[in-house]
Amino acid sequence: MAEMASETRVSAWGGGGSPFGVSSKKFGMWLFLMSDTLTFTAFLIAYSYVRLASVEWPRPFGGMSIFMASVMTLCLLSSSLTMVMAVAAAKRQQIRQTVVWMVATIGGGVLFMILHINEWLTLIHEGVTPFANPWGVPLFGASFFTLTGLHMTHVTGGVIYLAIVAFGFGKGKFEAEDVEVSGLYWHFVDLVWMFIFPMVYLLSNQM
Amino acid sequence: MSSDHDNHNRLYLTVWSGLLILTVVEVVLAYQTLSVALMLGLLLMLSFGKTGLILAYFMHLRYERLSLVLTIIPAVAFCIAMMFIVFPDGLRLLDFRQ
Repeated sequence: MAEMASETRVSAWGGGGSPFGVSSKKFGMWLFLMSDTLTFTAFLIAYSYVRLASVEWPRPFGGMSIFMASVMTLCLLSSSLTMVMAVAAAKRQQIRQTVVWMVATIGGGVLFMILHINEWLTLIHEGVTPFANPWGVPLFGASFFTLTGLHMTHVTGGVIYLAIVAFGFGKGKFEAEDVEVSGLYWHFVDLVWMFIFPMVYLLSNQM
Repeated sequence: MSSDHDNHNRLYLTVWSGLLILTVVEVVLAYQTLSVALMLGLLLMLSFGKTGLILAYFMHLRYERLSLVLTIIPAVAFCIAMMFIVFPDGLRLLDFRQ
């Protein structure tokens, strides 16, 4: 009787053991991603704000920069694909395959970082700093480096995080769910780039 | 089990191809002569499409319980919308500078 009564009371919003149908690890990651979304949005809005308020915004990205940024997008998108493959393999308990897919994901992330650092160095060489640049609006450098810098920090952190999870999963210390939660973080990093790429690069290309 | 596995892989590959195609459309669009406002609108529309694909399939939100989706998405969307409050001030500054 008591069982029946508790069953009738169970609903999606009824609280209980697991109101969202996910574990606390996964829910914790979603909460972190919510707050991180707002941090990135604040930076994107700040960038848009100073650009809107400037009479002549610099457009330093030539064909080569756009091409490299597109390759960087390809790196992140492909690493997201290998990440879902890793999550699927982890759920089937195929440890070796999971680790291989995760290493491929890390490879995509590292390639992204190398290309991005190379691009930063080119811009720094042209005289762009957070406080000045040759084209006049000093806030260009400030907004560009904070936005892409925060994103690159996330990629770097993600690469380390994935490496730890891949190593631990290979050793049998982590569960399939840990792989899935690290995947959520990695897809988020990819997702943020889907806004930085058009707003920062494509909208500032030399026509 | 095996066909289920193949189906999932095919789904992921389809989503990945879709994301690549949307990216190519964005790059081609960037080289058209349009006003900045129209360009921004079109690019953001495509980016939100890509976001939807990533959230739904790569981050599995489509397969989660509705209570989780409704907890995450509307609150974040509302907070993001509130940040747009700074843009009228950006236009005011632009007026001063011109």
